[in-house]
Amino acid sequence: MSVQNLNSFDPFAEDGDPLGDSQDVGSQSEYIHIRIQQRNGRKTLTTLQGLPKQYDAKKLLKAFKKEFACNGTLVDDEKMGQVIQLQGDQRAKISTFLTENGMEKATIKVHGF
Amino acid sequence: MTEPLFDPSLKKRKKKQVQFTVDPLGADEDPTAPAPETIEETTVDGAVVDLGPSTTHERMKLNGEAESKPAEEEDPRAMFGDLKKKKKKKEIPMDFGEDSGTSTPIPATSTPDVGASGEAVEDLDFSDLKKKKKSSKKKANFDMEAFEKELKSSSTADAAAGDEDDGEPTPAVDLDDDDADLGDDPFAQPAAGEILAGVGSGNEAWLKSDRDYTYPELLGRFYESLHLANPSLLSSSAGKRYTIAPPSIHREGTKKSIFANVTDICKKMHRQPEHVIQFLFSEMGTTGSVDGAGQLVIKGRFQQKQVENVLRRYIVEYVTCKTCKSPDTLLTKENRIFFMSCESCGSRRSVNPIKSGFQAQVGKRSRNKTG
Repeated sequence: MSVQNLNSFDPFAEDGDPLGDSQDVGSQSEYIHIRIQQRNGRKTLTTLQGLPKQYDAKKLLKAFKKEFACNGTLVDDEKMGQVIQLQGDQRAKISTFLTENGMEKATIKVHGF
Repeated sequence: MTEPLFDPSLKKRKKKQVQFTVDPLGADEDPTAPAPETIEETTVDGAVVDLGPSTTHERMKLNGEAESKPAEEEDPRAMFGDLKKKKKKKEIPMDFGEDSGTSTPIPATSTPDVGASGEAVEDLDFSDLKKKKKSSKKKANFDMEAFEKELKSSSTADAAAGDEDDGEPTPAVDLDDDDADLGDDPFAQPAAGEILAGVGSGNEAWLKSDRDYTYPELLGRFYESLHLANPSLLSSSAGKRYTIAPPSIHREGTKKSIFANVTDICKKMHRQPEHVIQFLFSEMGTTGSVDGAGQLVIKGRFQQKQVENVLRRYIVEYVTCKTCKSPDTLLTKENRIFFMSCESCGSRRSVNPIKSGFQAQVGKRSRNKTG
């Protein structure tokens, strides 16, 4: 604690900037976002973001990969935290998978077209 | 590319026979709305999309419209058409609800008044049902008129028969049961036609009987008297349906889509194009730009249907008032927070800011290297 200014410490890292781009803003905090992104050709990418802390993203990813027969990775984004990335359009599957395993449907937000 | 526009959600939809859920904010809060039973309105991804009338009140409004001016209702630009489809779907199992304004969640299994004509009525209703189903299956680009005609014809037919039947074919029902006393059969739902006929004059049959009144009966009675006392409730916003021209999407090259009438649509919704575009981009996980002619160039291949879906979600979230469902709202920004104030009911609420989530790396890494 000697020269605090020189540390690269983000004061909002823990609490989250109330209006920042973290997703702790108001009601959005609990949402799990499932998004889709187009790649080249008919390919797509599904991302799952905002997984609550009590779930192990790594294990979930493994389960996803097995269940949906697709590949995927865990991406560490400095803003969004851990994001699960899956190949292909798995949005509907993810949301049913999560709801079947005891997650509230209201907390899941599916984006995309 | 010879293949058609790519739509990842298509194949799922085909299999699944689109399910629907009722708008959680709108319908669930209304006590008259039936619990979502077989029909729910949500898109394949779970987004809730429902702008059509769903409560008893609104249905009554609709009915009033249908009866008063059935032919006049030329709706050239249906609200993307699909809304109508949904509404129709919703009404199939509740044939009887249409006319009386009651929304009995349980389809009547046996109707007390069906006597000798019961068979005929049923036949008639089945054909009606078939018709409705067929029409609802069609990709709904047709307008209100057909539906209302149908509605009217079915209602008049029912009235002529003196009774209505539920649309649901229930094989277990014996027609002889229909003559049984209403009070005896716990499963018998009162025919809506009966309620309709009696209501208003205060001579419902069940008023005199000793049995407990059922909720739908009382509800129907309440609404009937409410609308008798306040006719303005039915006519206040009757005939006003929120319609928007469907987005016109065409391709530029193989990798870009052009959304030509974005400015028109924004103008119709009274929203800033920037806001709409921001939403579109963040939802579709892409980028783009506005070209010189005011068209939106979207990176990626999108079909009209897909853009429509996103737009519909935008409307639900940022255009229609959550309280009264009126699209007559204004969006203002105060202290970095958007507020939506309703012009017709005066409610004011903050709306979620648009934010794009995580964007995965797509394409060559070297291309987006900065510096």
